[in-house]
Amino acid sequence: MSRDEVLVSTDWAEQNLNTDGVVFAEVDEDTTAYDNGHIPGAVKLDWRNELQDHVRRDFVDRTGFSELLSAKGIGNDDTVILYGGNNNWFAAYAYWYFKLYGHSDVRLLDGGRKKWELDGRELTKEEPSRSATKYVAQEPDRSIRAFRDEVVDAIDNQNLVDVRSPDEFSGKLVAPAHLPQESAQRGGHIPSAINVPWSKAANEDGTFKSDDELRKIYGEAGLDDSKDTIAYCRIGERSSHTWFVLRELLGHSNVKNYDGSWTEYGSLVGVPIENPSEQQEA
Amino acid sequence: MSGCGAPEQTATAVSEDTDQVIVAGRVRSGEQPVGNAFVRLLDSSGEFTAEVVSSAEGDFRFYAGEGTWTVRALHRDGSGQSDVAASGPGVHPVDVAVA
Repeated sequence: MSRDEVLVSTDWAEQNLNTDGVVFAEVDEDTTAYDNGHIPGAVKLDWRNELQDHVRRDFVDRTGFSELLSAKGIGNDDTVILYGGNNNWFAAYAYWYFKLYGHSDVRLLDGGRKKWELDGRELTKEEPSRSATKYVAQEPDRSIRAFRDEVVDAIDNQNLVDVRSPDEFSGKLVAPAHLPQESAQRGGHIPSAINVPWSKAANEDGTFKSDDELRKIYGEAGLDDSKDTIAYCRIGERSSHTWFVLRELLGHSNVKNYDGSWTEYGSLVGVPIENPSEQQEA
Repeated sequence: MSGCGAPEQTATAVSEDTDQVIVAGRVRSGEQPVGNAFVRLLDSSGEFTAEVVSSAEGDFRFYAGEGTWTVRALHRDGSGQSDVAASGPGVHPVDVAVA
């Protein structure tokens, strides 16, 4: 997979705002960002209300995803350009999600909303009007999604990449520092995981680092590219960012995102946990 | 399940009586508050820890741990950073000037 097939620049985006067959979609958890101004023509995808099942802890099923994209006016043959705030965390999550349901041409806007804003490009409050489609999602591709039992089996056997900040990895914090500290029952990380914060892969303006820089970062951190890899974070969106880097930019073949992530693992009864900060205090 | 979107950004404490270690303040350019700045919290080794967007009043807030932190702001009109030591629960104020 080459970078050109999965990423577009803000320049490219601006030149293709009105191109037939190209649909821009902003993905945020907090949709007030979209409502206060978005890329002209972009549709809104609400991470919490539209992409998550409201009853079970899971995302919407195949029928639900088909109905959602149909209502948004996105067709199976459209090139979907995803972008969002938080350095594209939720856009990367949506990218993974679109791939899971078999969308053929989906790309990320490199740098996301942040780069677009830093460039001083146009934002509008005008809602786009798109005709409904008859979108048909594929069966979910389980080869890119890890569940908890696989994660436990991967300890000492596969690459486990914890992409949270060092203080979350060490158990000092249980959530990212922009959130109140409420999360799983226990802090720490999965034994044998390496810690490569998602932010290592991004420049300050939110764009991805070069392939050479990325290979060096994961190589030096001890990622063995002859092994399968599972990435995780707290709720699975930062790890989607790293999943995108490893699979889509660097071309690693078997990379899964564990979307249960620390909120699930840190609340499981009986599984092994490493917590360096707790050991220091003991 | 709470997601990863930041709560509304306010620099002033909702309640000073907190068990959380809070680093909060305002982004300014001269005397003017700077909204929509990308504000990141870096740990003592310079590692990224979190990022929020400042409110229209320039406010930001992080739930950090104890330690020494750097707050760095990036805006179309400039950037800047400040250091702050958070010694325990409570609100540790820090302002950041961008130029």
